Amino acid sequence: MIIIKQTRFLSLALLLAVPFMATQVQASADSLSGVTAVNVASSVSAANTFNRNLKKDKVRNAAPPEDGIHDPANDSTHVLQPPLEAFEGFPPSDFGNYVDWVKTLDDGIIQPRWDRKDPTEEPFVMDLDIVRPVKASVPDVVFPHRQHTMWLACSNCHPAIFIPQQQANQINMSAILLGQKCGVCHGKVSFPITTKSCKKCHSKPKPADWEPPLSEATLKNPWR
Amino acid sequence: MMLIARRNFVCKFTILGLLAGLAFFSAVQSAKAEYADVVINNYADAAGMRPAVFPHWFHRIRFRCKVCHADLGFKFKAGGNKITMAKIINGQFCGACHNGEIAWSVENCSMCHSGVPGLPTHFHGSTVQRLIAPTYKPLETKQ
Repeated sequence: MIIIKQTRFLSLALLLAVPFMATQVQASADSLSGVTAVNVASSVSAANTFNRNLKKDKVRNAAPPEDGIHDPANDSTHVLQPPLEAFEGFPPSDFGNYVDWVKTLDDGIIQPRWDRKDPTEEPFVMDLDIVRPVKASVPDVVFPHRQHTMWLACSNCHPAIFIPQQQANQINMSAILLGQKCGVCHGKVSFPITTKSCKKCHSKPKPADWEPPLSEATLKNPWR
Repeated sequence: MMLIARRNFVCKFTILGLLAGLAFFSAVQSAKAEYADVVINNYADAAGMRPAVFPHWFHRIRFRCKVCHADLGFKFKAGGNKITMAKIINGQFCGACHNGEIAWSVENCSMCHSGVPGLPTHFHGSTVQRLIAPTYKPLETKQ
C-alpha cells in the first residue's frame, strides 16, 4: 500500500516538474538565439521583475484614446485634448497629474475663474497657517489657508468637514487614507497621499525638546 | 447530499463574484488615465450610453474648485450628485456652463459620454482605489 502511494506521489511530482523544465529549456534557448531580454522576461514570471517596488508608471499623462477609461471606438474621444498638450510649461511634480497646481496658479500660468461668468472676480484669500502638533515622531503639520482659499470657498470645508475651532478636529492618517477629513480631496483630486508627498503637510520640524508621549495604555484598557 | 450540492453551488458563486471583482479592479488599475478623472455611470449603461468621463484637470485650468463645488452644488462624491440629462438641460450641474454660452452645449453627447462601456462609477487613481487593489501583482494588458 505504501509503495503504491509513493509511486503515485512520484508520478505527480514528475507531472508538475515537466512543464517547469520545459519552460526553462525554452528560456535558455531563447537567450541563446539572441531574442531580446524583454521577450524572455515576459515568458518568465512577471512577479520577479528587477526592483519591482520601484516600478514607475511608464506612461504618464496618457492621451484619452490610450488611457484605458476612454473608449477609443468613440469618435469624440479623439477630439478630446491630450493632457500633455495642456500641461506644457506647467511646473512639474512627482505625483497626481505630475503638475504642481498651486505653483501653476501662483505663477499666473493659469487664470481659472473664481466666478462662473465674471472673469474679473477675485477670491478672498486668507493667509493663516494652522500648526497641528502630531503625536508621532514625524514633523508637525502646517495647514496653510492661503493655498486653500485660492481655490475654495470657506463653506466647502467649514463646518461640515472641519469644525472651525481649536482641538475640535481629530485627524489621523487612516481616516485621510479612507477619504475623510483632508482625504475628502487629498487622494482624489488634490495632491495624493504617497511616500513622496508626506512632507507637503508634515513640514514643521519638531521642537528641540520634543519627546515621544508615553503610552496611555493600561491593563484594564490596553487599546489606547 | 442535497446540502453538499447546495454548498458547492454557493461556493461557486462566491468564487465567481471574487473573480469578477478582481477583474474589475485589474481593469481599472491597468488604466493610465489622468489623476482625478471621474467615471460617472449612474444611469448611462442602463440607458445604452457610454459612461460619462469628467476630467478634473481640464476644468481646473479654467475654473477654481469653488465655482462647481460651492456655487453649483456639486458634492465631493463620485456619482453622489445623481446628475441626469434632464437636470443638465434645465441648467443644473454641468448645464450651468454647458449651455452653448460658457461652454459647448449638450448636443455633443459623445464628448462626455466617452467612457469604456460597463466601467463602474469611480474616481480614477484615488488613494482608496490604490489601497483596495495593491499593485504588487503585475497585470497583463490585452494587447
